[in-house]
Amino acid sequence: MATIRRLVLDVLKPHQPNAIAFASTLADLSPDYWVNLDVTEVDEKTETTVITIEGNDIHFEDLSAAIEKMGGSIHSIDEVEVIGSEQA
Amino acid sequence: MNTENKPHLMLHLLRARSIARRYMVTNGFDGALTVLGMVTGFYISGMTDLSVALSACMGATIALFISGISSAYLSEKAERKKELHDLEQALVTDLKQSDYGEASRYLPILVALVNGFSPFILSLLILTPLFWAQWFNELPFSPFLGSIAVAMVCIFILGVFLGKISQTFWLWSGLRTLLIAIVTVAAVLFIDSAI
Repeated sequence: MATIRRLVLDVLKPHQPNAIAFASTLADLSPDYWVNLDVTEVDEKTETTVITIEGNDIHFEDLSAAIEKMGGSIHSIDEVEVIGSEQA
Repeated sequence: MNTENKPHLMLHLLRARSIARRYMVTNGFDGALTVLGMVTGFYISGMTDLSVALSACMGATIALFISGISSAYLSEKAERKKELHDLEQALVTDLKQSDYGEASRYLPILVALVNGFSPFILSLLILTPLFWAQWFNELPFSPFLGSIAVAMVCIFILGVFLGKISQTFWLWSGLRTLLIAIVTVAAVLFIDSAI
């Protein structure tokens, strides 16, 4: 089964937890996750963010659950890098 | 992998501490002044039957407890529901399973407990001299005077607590609330003399 090495997500999140706490929670999901969170727009109650996650084996379901638990919603998967099981 | 973000839920709950603190002081003050007024009234009317006074004061204490719990729960629940609904509209998503959803369920309970127990505990403290005189020993002074003194101390401490929150001089803040208690006693005395 192919493994995900890089994901770029368009996520709408509430102001709290803030960008640091939000990104840290995602990074804590696995020791090899590298997370970059870019706030692209700030509204009265929400922030539009672009989150880049890199890792050896990214579990999208866990990421999605953690984002939803913090009140965020994934609008789109903007980029994905996967590697086939033969190469991994 | 840990998807249970309990620290974030705790943050929501911690953010509500200012609300809980406000409820604690407001309703605690209400409870202390109510019982102070009742005890003062019993004292100046020359009441000697402690069981009657205790029953009346405990009736008021229980009513304050239930009123505190129910009013805070209902108002906080409505506020949190509206807040969650507004955020759901902004995010175009269902937040019931998120930390926001959990916080909106737990916070009203937490705040209601604070709002109910603060007047309840303060009232019981104020009534301690009456309970003591009724159940154990006669006091060398009137138990009503003892209760009035305890009420003054409790109200002073509430003022000190407010002073700590607002980072003003604690003694001044304590004396200010004590003055309110003295005015209450004076008003009860005045009305009683007019009756």
